[in-house]
Amino acid sequence: MNNITKEPLFSAKNLKLFTDQLDKNNPITVQVLGICSALAVTVKLKPALVMALSVVIVIAVSNVVISAIRNFIPDRIRIIVQLVVIATLVILVDQVLKAYAFDVSKQLSVFVGLIITNCIIMGRLEAFAMANKPWPSFIDGLGNGAGYGLILIIVAFFRELLGSGTLMGYPVMEKIGAYSIGYENNGMMILPPMALIVVGLIIWVQRSRNKSLIEK
Amino acid sequence: MKHFSNRYIFIFSTVMVVIVATLLSLAATLLQPAQARNLEIEKKKSMLESIGIQADRENSVELYAKHITESFVINSGGQNIEGVDAFSVVLKNEQRKPAEEQYLPVFRAVSQSGEQVIILPVEGKGLWGPIFGYVSIKSDMNTIYGVTFDHKGETPGLGAEINTSWFEEMFIGKKLFDNDSFTSVIVHKGGADEGDIHGVDAISGGTITSKGLENMLYDCIIKYSDYLLKNRI
Repeated sequence: MNNITKEPLFSAKNLKLFTDQLDKNNPITVQVLGICSALAVTVKLKPALVMALSVVIVIAVSNVVISAIRNFIPDRIRIIVQLVVIATLVILVDQVLKAYAFDVSKQLSVFVGLIITNCIIMGRLEAFAMANKPWPSFIDGLGNGAGYGLILIIVAFFRELLGSGTLMGYPVMEKIGAYSIGYENNGMMILPPMALIVVGLIIWVQRSRNKSLIEK
Repeated sequence: MKHFSNRYIFIFSTVMVVIVATLLSLAATLLQPAQARNLEIEKKKSMLESIGIQADRENSVELYAKHITESFVINSGGQNIEGVDAFSVVLKNEQRKPAEEQYLPVFRAVSQSGEQVIILPVEGKGLWGPIFGYVSIKSDMNTIYGVTFDHKGETPGLGAEINTSWFEEMFIGKKLFDNDSFTSVIVHKGGADEGDIHGVDAISGGTITSKGLENMLYDCIIKYSDYLLKNRI
């Protein structure tokens, strides 16, 4: 063990674990995971932000926990163990939000609980944390959470702006006087299908810029 | 892959479950006071909102003490029930009881302008979960002074709009009774007619929530109709 030179914490390889998830290996637009919550919480920007943050916390911490005990987890019940760890963390996040960020927890309501079923988290535990050391797993978790959150925020930005004419509840369209020249909010943007279409547009833009992502 | 015996798997799962259970119950116990306080503040805040007073987390307890003058519980016949704290009545539990045994809380309040009003709690079903709120009624026991609604999990931007001011403001000045018969407030899809004293606009895309809200108002307030008719001016 001693003759292996210790890898620096922020080595290029580790950083890549983070940055890849934002673009080239984005969980939503490239791996197409976690779409359901992307539809549900992106009508307004604020719930999307808190949801993104909650997912980052849950995925990073559960990655670390699973990675730390990966050599003790019996293979046959590993999925159950992963689920227990995720569920515990999600319940903790939910309880803390209820106690210290009551307004936000009210807005997110059931969606916090539904983080448990977010396939990105389970996918990362199974694919990465079970086979890697805690620190890279932590970075990988952060990266995936951030990649998920980034798309959530982009979608929520357009849906709130075009659908409700506000951003974080601030009436942008009214302030710039768009209504007085005949502009109207597009009610379609509020409906779930438009979230899919926005995600589709993001995928389109991303793949036209990076041809290597196009499937053969 | 390392092989684990069944014995190990059993021990592993037991230890894991015990650790997780301890952790969660610890968190639940430690956070419980803060959560209960949040709920109390929230309740006081929404009651104040129904009489047009915007409170925030800091001053809601103080404003509540100032504006809510009296609270009591009645039954469906309109008689007072002694010895029950109106604030701690949980409406959801009451609604499971037979109609004549239900506790119906009434809060007397003074609005910002000094007007005497009563506040009635309401609770019902939306599309995804419970919806609830407070309706304040002027001293003629017929005209709505103000309302506030909230929900657990209605769709943001659609059903969830019931807690926004544009929706709640439509209820102000609506009448609950047509002469002596209870009509409640009706939610009209496609918009209520101008000057309709019992009608408000439904939320487009939130029809089931709007209908649920209409039923909630009807079902909850009709239980008070004896009391409201008796105390009319």
